[in-house]
Amino acid sequence: MNALKGMRPVEILLVEDNPGDVRLTREALRENKLKVNLTVAEDGEEAMGLLLKQGDYVDAPDPDIILLDLNLPKKNGREVLEDIKGNPKLKSIPVVVLTTSKAEEDILRAYASHANCYIAKPIDMGQFIKVVKVLEDFWFSIVKLPRDGSFE
Amino acid sequence: MNNEQKIGGPRLLLIEDIPGDIRLMKEAVRERGLDIEMHVASDGEQAMSFLRQQPPFEHVLLPDIILLDLNMPGKDGREVLAEIKGDDNLKTIPVIVLTVSCSENDIELCYKLQANSFISKPVRLENFIAIVDSLHNFWFTTVSLPRSGKRG
Repeated sequence: MNALKGMRPVEILLVEDNPGDVRLTREALRENKLKVNLTVAEDGEEAMGLLLKQGDYVDAPDPDIILLDLNLPKKNGREVLEDIKGNPKLKSIPVVVLTTSKAEEDILRAYASHANCYIAKPIDMGQFIKVVKVLEDFWFSIVKLPRDGSFE
Repeated sequence: MNNEQKIGGPRLLLIEDIPGDIRLMKEAVRERGLDIEMHVASDGEQAMSFLRQQPPFEHVLLPDIILLDLNMPGKDGREVLAEIKGDDNLKTIPVIVLTVSCSENDIELCYKLQANSFISKPVRLENFIAIVDSLHNFWFTTVSLPRSGKRG
């Protein structure tokens, strides 16, 4: 409905330290017809550096959506989420928490910190790819994202 | 994925003043045979009484998810969104804005007010069905919702 017609790719920031999960996400996204530009941050500090365009990251793209793991080195995902949603310049970017944790406490805390949604990452590869597809179907074809006008 | 959410069906609060749109949403859910417990609040004041469990809503259970129209008489959707997301008791409930407005300003404002996602409201039944399908596949079968463990 929106991004699918777009001229520019959807910018996704994936904050994930597990190379296997990065590869799987990349593969799942590649199966879709949608043009996607995936930027990967391997820890929480790198994620914030990219988002705030600090130091080496002055030319980092503005993400349309952020996929955030919770358990990360240096600065964990819970802090990254609080930093994003507490920053007037960043808070409108949708953050999808994508994590192996199924703890009720993590789910509640993420929503209380204004995560846009929380997905428990399945361990099974086929299930994981299915989750990424459902996520794409919702966020990139049904939802209106901020800066949506720039897709057209 | 989230089997516990399938027991008893998720509770959805639709905040919508236009009878035709309420009917279309109900038809789309019925058409798909989805097990969703839908409640309707037809204006902002009624929605907030429902969510704060004030008379005559003392005995209702809080919804798992809220679909919110923006343009309503009296207290409009933007105010309702700000109140929900400013209330410690309610802010973890995902709010999906569903509106005919496609203005960049409304999209940006709603995400800044911590709407969980923003969808433009279709006019035709088949498009309502597509949205209900995507909402169901994403929010009720893929996402972990807060309080999902306390269902039933």
